[in-house]
Amino acid sequence: MGQKIAVIDYGMGNLRSVSKAVEHVAGDAEVRVTDDVAWIANADRVVFPGQGAARDCMAAIGQHHVRQAILDAARHKPFLGICMGLQVLMTRSQENGGTDLLDLFPGQVVRFAADMPGDNGLHLKIPHMCWSCVDPVAEHPLWDGIAPGSRFYYVHSYHVVPEDQSLVAATTDYGVRFNCAIARDNLFAVQFHPEKSADAGLQLLKNFVNWQP
Amino acid sequence: MGLAKRIIPCLDVDNGRVVKGVKFVEIRDAGDPVEVARRYNEEGADEITFLDITASSDDRETIVHVVEQVASEVFIPLTVGGGIHKVEDVRHMLLAGADKVAINTAAVFNPEFVKEAADRFGSQCIVVAIDAKRVDHHWEIFTHGGRKPTGIDAIEWARKMADYGAGEILLTSMDRDGTKVGFDNELTRAVAEAVPIPVIASGGVGNLQHLVDGVQQGGADAVLAASIFHFAEYSVGEAKRFMANQGVEVRL
Repeated sequence: MGQKIAVIDYGMGNLRSVSKAVEHVAGDAEVRVTDDVAWIANADRVVFPGQGAARDCMAAIGQHHVRQAILDAARHKPFLGICMGLQVLMTRSQENGGTDLLDLFPGQVVRFAADMPGDNGLHLKIPHMCWSCVDPVAEHPLWDGIAPGSRFYYVHSYHVVPEDQSLVAATTDYGVRFNCAIARDNLFAVQFHPEKSADAGLQLLKNFVNWQP
Repeated sequence: MGLAKRIIPCLDVDNGRVVKGVKFVEIRDAGDPVEVARRYNEEGADEITFLDITASSDDRETIVHVVEQVASEVFIPLTVGGGIHKVEDVRHMLLAGADKVAINTAAVFNPEFVKEAADRFGSQCIVVAIDAKRVDHHWEIFTHGGRKPTGIDAIEWARKMADYGAGEILLTSMDRDGTKVGFDNELTRAVAEAVPIPVIASGGVGNLQHLVDGVQQGGADAVLAASIFHFAEYSVGEAKRFMANQGVEVRL
């Protein structure tokens, strides 16, 4: 019997893309897009995706009653946050005039500055919407088989600044060098979209599916 | 610093088949969209755009099935345009596996729709498609595949759409579309300077240097082309290697 992988469904973002990509690399695992807290509690591992604005994400987490399930999974089982699924783990975001987040890790979510110079005489565009190089800061099983500097697909306007710098697992340069991945024990969370990052992204998802923290 | 420009092959899909017209006539069949998308992915496309040009709304479900199939095996961003008129259309496409939708005519007739869609699903998935044509000394928006003038200035419109929550502009020069003489780089530059969001240049690519020019002269964040890839004149991989050799940063 294969393992159970929950993709937490709180109505934010393209969950089908995430579940299809996980299924693609997960062999005989049962992958379920769900807000059923019992199923999430029984799952072997949990993927926490998300897109959209911080305020809407927090509201949706409340409406789907998955806040505690997310926090429990993040503390106790292999857990992969993606995009907003990374940001909402912090304390507070600048988005929507200031939004309180899950506060699993003390830290802020800040917007890219509007006037960063680009490489073509124009200001850097926001959102950061392109394939950018991910530079791991230390070895981690989720980087297995992925060359340092590999490009992953991004679409976001905000990035995380955790108080504890030792959480940072990788950085990317977009006008500023920002934190694009964090890792702690059983938890890994990324700003980019592995489910949309072709081979490099599928490799990372495969590493997650096989990860035994 | 690694600011890769995106290469986006575009598939015009009519009733489940890839087609490409020249100035919206002379449609040539270019294959099965799922197969074509698979090939582009293998060649290293950064994103794929589907424009549904199916005339009858009865046949619109066809594109949904195409997107579903592609999204199950191609793991790069997918954009779908054509026939997106209401919030429910956006939802339908996102659920089928699209990452972004391109809104064109509906935005012109109902700009609030862009705001509503961006509020509901996030700016990251709302692309506003602008079809612009040179009229006297400015560019004007046209709708209905370039047939109907609107009197709206393209630059002003792009600014307004960015304010309304568009995450990206897909900018097509109707003067150049299908001509193979290159993008209208002046138009691209003018829009890229006017808006804080990414701009995709489209319309007129006939060779690989045109893609480079779109980035270097036009200031585009991404370049979109259809026919040069469909008929295997060039592969996406060749295009990216050529651009890299010309000093454009791309994902190889």
